[in-house]
Amino acid sequence: MYRLKTSFFRHLSLFQRGSVISNIGRYQSISHTCDVEDALDEEHKAIQQTAYQFGQTEMAPFMYEWDRTEYFPKDTLRKAAQLGFAAIYCRDEYGGTGGTRLDASIIFEALSQGCVSTAAYLSIHNMCVWMIDAFASDANRAKWIPRLATMELFSSYCLTEPGSGSDAASLSTRAERKGDKYILNGSKAFISGGGESDIYLVMCRTGDQTPKGISCILVEKDTPGLSYGKKEEKVGWNCQPTRQVIMDDCEVPVENLIGKEGQGFEIAMRGLNGGRINIASCSLGAAQASIQKTGEYLKVRKQFGRPLEQFQHLQFKLAEMCTKLVASRLLVRKAALALDQNAKDTVPLCAMAKLFATDACFDVSIKMNYYSY
Amino acid sequence: MAIRILVGVKRAIDYAVKIQVKTDKTGVVTDGVKHSMNPFDEIAVEEAIRLKEKKIAQEIIAVSCGPAQCQETLRTALALGADRAIHVEVSGKDYEMLQPLAVSKLISAIAKKENVDLILLGKQAIDDDSNQTGQMVAGLLSWPQAVFASKVDIKDKQAEVVREIDGGLETIRVKLPAVITADLRLNQPRFANLPSIQKAKKKPMAKMSPKDLGVDIKPHLEYLSYEEPPKRQGGGRVSSVDELISKLKEKGLI
Repeated sequence: MYRLKTSFFRHLSLFQRGSVISNIGRYQSISHTCDVEDALDEEHKAIQQTAYQFGQTEMAPFMYEWDRTEYFPKDTLRKAAQLGFAAIYCRDEYGGTGGTRLDASIIFEALSQGCVSTAAYLSIHNMCVWMIDAFASDANRAKWIPRLATMELFSSYCLTEPGSGSDAASLSTRAERKGDKYILNGSKAFISGGGESDIYLVMCRTGDQTPKGISCILVEKDTPGLSYGKKEEKVGWNCQPTRQVIMDDCEVPVENLIGKEGQGFEIAMRGLNGGRINIASCSLGAAQASIQKTGEYLKVRKQFGRPLEQFQHLQFKLAEMCTKLVASRLLVRKAALALDQNAKDTVPLCAMAKLFATDACFDVSIKMNYYSY
Repeated sequence: MAIRILVGVKRAIDYAVKIQVKTDKTGVVTDGVKHSMNPFDEIAVEEAIRLKEKKIAQEIIAVSCGPAQCQETLRTALALGADRAIHVEVSGKDYEMLQPLAVSKLISAIAKKENVDLILLGKQAIDDDSNQTGQMVAGLLSWPQAVFASKVDIKDKQAEVVREIDGGLETIRVKLPAVITADLRLNQPRFANLPSIQKAKKKPMAKMSPKDLGVDIKPHLEYLSYEEPPKRQGGGRVSSVDELISKLKEKGLI
């Protein structure tokens, strides 16, 4: 009985893959099967189209050059900001766009089809601006959000330290209150935008060793005592600088506290919920672009007298990759909706979306790039 | 006295799509294929918006003729800056056989109804490349036309238009109301930004049928067959100019 069942299921999966393939054939377009526009309403389709067009005209043609020369495309990012992409889910009082997490997911997925690395930095910037919008005083919101929304100012998120990664709450950067200043001492590692950003949201310890002893403090570049490590050499994502951010008796005005003392860890974690969805969305874009390029390649490239798309093994692989992409996209968009609606299972959903989508889409990109090498 | 502009937008197969001819040669595959606003119409919309930003125009009305999906194209026009939209619903077989003359009649009827001062269209649609609608609208309305525009200046109810023609550039002046069609170099269209996409939802979109406008859209042309262009043949190398000339003569090309 057991043997019968397993053989049935083995054949069932082949049949299902076959049915995905025949559907691809029927629509004659892979992008229809893994359609980014699936189940989106008119407004979201319009958002997707504008972000996609922007990515294709302003990012895709330069992506290779940017990566090769390690160029941080600030002017392109400022153009994206003009479309409202720099403060997507911030309230519109001080220049935010007033959009939703789903809008953001659609935008980052579309931009990533142009350049993943740049889109990923933009998503980090969005996360930082939101943290200020959601938790800072009205004075701080009025002071910082307008210039962050236009990307006159660039921002970075500083949580990880050389000694605390997964155990983020054990961070050791200290902020001592002295009169009307905080004195910061410590270092943050692997900070995206480090050295280029104008403001740094630094999670630091103002109180005890528990998570409730952590605060979020805004440090402006050029503050005396603030310095950066060397630019990290990375395998990819080179158009986004990554550096250590070092604070040595760095004096910051007390007004730069975001939210309340002791609220820093909550701010950091809630920022990351959205950050996970954004990063997962960037992975979706990379996978979508990979599948599309591969689909075209399979039609054109011939070996053994036939175009590659006629080989069953490759058809199966393509069907699996499309399935992974669609599944990832569903999970990411569900997490985005949950966050917008403040649902009870928001946090695990965001984590699941990030976990599943980045793994699945990494797999897709590797396999698809293998075929179109 | 700011003018009122009617802009025509067509939902056409996206320029990046690889077109496939149907096996029965009755047309091209449109089912499930990506469509977007005709690129020349995007340029026309952009020009209308720039005229409004310069306060030369006070209102932009976008119009599209076709099935329900045209509303997406109209929403894009609204998101870019048009004030309201009109969707003339034509679907099914009627839409398959909808030809430039019928569209011209529809646009002319709307222009009269809305009492506009300027009609801006793309010079041609990238699906059928007809390049007729603008010219026929001008004919039906007895309005002056300035087609293939690469520059438009409007002052005192007159438009000075630089046109791209075979011999180079020609500048003409036409009195409004007039029809202008946009050519490639007229402008660089903007991207719709998020706040205006959000606002577009609230802008009015009216729906009507050809009957409501009193227009008969019956086709006058019959399409006999659609075929792919001949496949590109491999070339051959020649070793001298003389050989090139003799090969060209062989093929009857010179």
